[in-house]
Amino acid sequence: MHPFTLERPRDLPAALAFGAQAGRNDAPAEYIAGGTDMVQLLQEYVRRPDRLISLAGLLDNRVEIGPQGLRLGAAATMADVAAHPRIIEQFPVISEALLNSASPQVRNQATMGGNLLQRTRCPYFRDVGYAACNKRAPGSGCAAVGGENRWHAVLGTSEHCIAANPSDLAVALVALGASVEVRRAGGDRTVPLAEFHRLPGDAPHLETVLEPGEVITAITVPASPMARRSHYLKVRDRASFEFAVVSAAVALDMDGGTIRQARVALGGVGTKPWRVPRVEAALAGGGLDPAALRRAAALAADGAQGRGHNDFKIELMQRAIVRAVEIAGARA
Amino acid sequence: MTTAFIGQPVSRVDGRQKVTGAARYAAEFDLPRQAHGAIVRSTVANGRIASIDSAAAERGPGVVAVLTHRNAPRLPYSPHKGAVDPQVGERLHVLQDDRVSHQGQPIALVIADTVEQARHAAALVRVTYTPESWTTDITRVAPVQPTQQKTDQGEVRPPATRRGDPEGALASAEVKVEQTYIHPRENHNPIEMHATIAAWDGDRLTLWDKTQWVHNTAEEIAAVFGIPAQNVRVISPFVGGAFGSSLRTWPHVTLAALGARAAGRPVKVMLSRREMYYGVGYRPHTVQQVALGASRDGRLAAIMHDGYQETSTYEEFSEALLNASRFLYSCPNVDTRHRLARMNVHTPTYMRAPGEASGVFALESAMDELAVALNMDPVELRLLNEPERDEFKKLPFSSRSTRACYRAAAERFGWSRRSAQPRSMRDGRLLIGWGMATATYPMNFAPASAMARLLPDGTAEVTSAASDMGPGTWTSMTQVAAEALGLPIERVKFVLGDTRLPNAPVHGGSLTMASVGSAVQAACRKAREDALARGGANDLLEAVRRIGQPVEASVDTNPGDESQRFSMHAFGAVFVEVAVDPDLGETRVRSMVGAYGAGRIVNPKLTRSQCIGGMIGGIGMALMEHAVLDARNGRVPNANLAEYPVPVHADTPPVMEAIFVEEHDLHVNPLGVKGVGEIAMVGVAPAITNAIFHATGKRIRELPATPDKLL
Repeated sequence: MHPFTLERPRDLPAALAFGAQAGRNDAPAEYIAGGTDMVQLLQEYVRRPDRLISLAGLLDNRVEIGPQGLRLGAAATMADVAAHPRIIEQFPVISEALLNSASPQVRNQATMGGNLLQRTRCPYFRDVGYAACNKRAPGSGCAAVGGENRWHAVLGTSEHCIAANPSDLAVALVALGASVEVRRAGGDRTVPLAEFHRLPGDAPHLETVLEPGEVITAITVPASPMARRSHYLKVRDRASFEFAVVSAAVALDMDGGTIRQARVALGGVGTKPWRVPRVEAALAGGGLDPAALRRAAALAADGAQGRGHNDFKIELMQRAIVRAVEIAGARA
Repeated sequence: MTTAFIGQPVSRVDGRQKVTGAARYAAEFDLPRQAHGAIVRSTVANGRIASIDSAAAERGPGVVAVLTHRNAPRLPYSPHKGAVDPQVGERLHVLQDDRVSHQGQPIALVIADTVEQARHAAALVRVTYTPESWTTDITRVAPVQPTQQKTDQGEVRPPATRRGDPEGALASAEVKVEQTYIHPRENHNPIEMHATIAAWDGDRLTLWDKTQWVHNTAEEIAAVFGIPAQNVRVISPFVGGAFGSSLRTWPHVTLAALGARAAGRPVKVMLSRREMYYGVGYRPHTVQQVALGASRDGRLAAIMHDGYQETSTYEEFSEALLNASRFLYSCPNVDTRHRLARMNVHTPTYMRAPGEASGVFALESAMDELAVALNMDPVELRLLNEPERDEFKKLPFSSRSTRACYRAAAERFGWSRRSAQPRSMRDGRLLIGWGMATATYPMNFAPASAMARLLPDGTAEVTSAASDMGPGTWTSMTQVAAEALGLPIERVKFVLGDTRLPNAPVHGGSLTMASVGSAVQAACRKAREDALARGGANDLLEAVRRIGQPVEASVDTNPGDESQRFSMHAFGAVFVEVAVDPDLGETRVRSMVGAYGAGRIVNPKLTRSQCIGGMIGGIGMALMEHAVLDARNGRVPNANLAEYPVPVHADTPPVMEAIFVEEHDLHVNPLGVKGVGEIAMVGVAPAITNAIFHATGKRIRELPATPDKLL
């Protein structure tokens, strides 16, 4: 790996003062928490920061559930959140998304904040043997367009980048209307998760709205009865320890057999965690009969663009929505 | 006290070492003053190196040397082809000239004090190329006939065989199946990545290496450096999985030795996971056309099997893709034709059940399609076409237990409850499918040597330069030795993995038990007889005590003329249940039963493990494994373990059984064993895709059967 200085600041203000920035490859300094993704990126020269600022011990790792909703400290581990009894009870989609991610070893180490900032699995981004990657080297082109793109996104893509966001957790959270609490030297700000990640557009190297010197401190999820009736469905080639081919997070507010309100988001198909408001609107007021679900799910394909190997995702994601709604709807 | 250990489920004698970390693998033999080597690899598929700027790398902290084709010594690369090397072509020469023939070719070696320094300096080497036109898209390659060439090993495998009138028989057949089957490139992906430590002492070289054949590694490196083979010692006590990846001696072994010579100190080279997709071989992409013709009552009239596979521009690697089609079933009219697609890739190599795994996928898929076309039970179809003898070699089988395997596996599986119609079995939303396939793999028996040494204290040391990549050679040889010596297992120490020990053949092709086992048995029997005779006692312990010094016996065993008299193969049958989600396209294997006629089973516990491992490998082949070759430039974008999935525990069905049918084969070798390492992988993938057809009505002819193919 590129030689770097590991800074171990005493407290969070000291960490913020380094002005590091997550999620962009031209940043000279970057924060590191659990490191499960960062170390891979460093080892393969995908990231070459001169400085790594350790956040170990500096961030809240508590899980709090109150009348306002859920608050996940940025340093809470995937394992702890997934196993939290009240999350399993009140926010099953979050626990399921986490348990369907990675492996137990990774989940013991990886944090909530880091999960939202993990970099794409686009193999062209991760193989520096390919010169072209606009995310890794701005302006260098995109090897995935016209390349092997079964792993890639069909929603929110541009001619400059079709890399899929890899997080399962973010898909569940965006469906539940979560927000990200961000701290910087001047104070705090709250960013809705739906606005946290950027579309690639013509600047795929800018992945989030984080500015230099900003750190995620917590994730909040508003209280909602819908969250209890939620489900995370993940389709993949093998049964465990694999990123999503396609996934769907669904939360339902039911009145008997009728869907009063629905939240639906998709993973594996979007350049960012992809909420589908048109599908949600079409589901509202309807029932769980398969034909109606299929009609509503079809709206997810709005604007979807396949690149050959990933064309199947456009159909598969609709089916995933239907199945996830059926399962969530059958929950007490 | 009984010393009948053959056939007993003895636990691994090296188990404690392995689980406590005491077992040392190649990269763990660190030496004083050792430096580390990191390889710079090409990023073009074909061309010449225009410039290499290593100035920044040379200034890097701890850097000892940067070797490129411009400053590396010219190596003799004397002719040497081991049985594991392609018999046509010439191995890759490293750092000898400016030519690049494939992506990931080693073009520089950076040596530094630490591995971090070496790897970082390697990243600082700047290379420019003069690219030349390249071929990396197999769909655009015209496959060619392999070169026929006589070698030291004799005639190469015939690329084409023919009996009867296949075209005529096919044309007039009442029922026909003609399809193309595609198997993608697969990588071995052993847990232990390849590593070599090289240390020179004058013109003597010691290598600690991950290898399945220490003597061949010594001979190859000796040939590369132009030194006598006896000057090279290779040590490899443990191998952390290989599946064939460490049969050949790959370029990094040469680089480690070259680096150690240049640095004047020991050098360790370890490959990264990404490098494993460029620095060692792989199971080649194959495209196979199979045509079957049969009478309405299900008798095969014609088998035509035409397959081609990728190979490099510098070597012709040929798999035994078509072997099984020549003899597995009775058929008077058979045509097989093997071709090669030469591409700008590195040379593929043997991977567990090389040729048979891919070839039998095609044949057994086609047989299932024929059974469907005939509206016949697939087991019935196979029984109907069971041959009495090998119709290709025109020899009797030494033993052939296919019928017993079908019966045993079908019974255990509950096959008689199968409803024949596709999509007729369900479990809630899921479609259930039952499929089966036949498995076969040749019995290989190679010359081997072993030495047994009885000590006055009544213990024994038995040695042979064999390898244990995981199946349990340490243990099974200890069993054979203890039984032949008539000593308790605890008193017998078997040692392998060092060129100072008696010669052993390659640890591949499922031949270790047959070959090394026979030598060990013979050496131990001889030592016992000698000791009893010299000690003048009927009791061995009394005899060795009386002799008062070690009694040694060395034996070389050689195959006889049995291969001229018999066709010798292991046979088996695999039955599988899958559940397919018809909406989401996910396939999961629910149960698998394999029955094998593999001769004598020395250790049923280890053999079961080995078979279960092979079956799981078959699940990977069927459902997920695919090293994607970017046709534009020959790179493998998914060269890691996240985007190249191999089966995990959750993919392993709750029911997995390996049945060994009783088989006493007096012809194959003195131990009567056939080996099971490869056959356990054969037939699994077609059994799964046949089960997928039964579940869904969809025929998967291109592996792996991922969700996109089942929507």
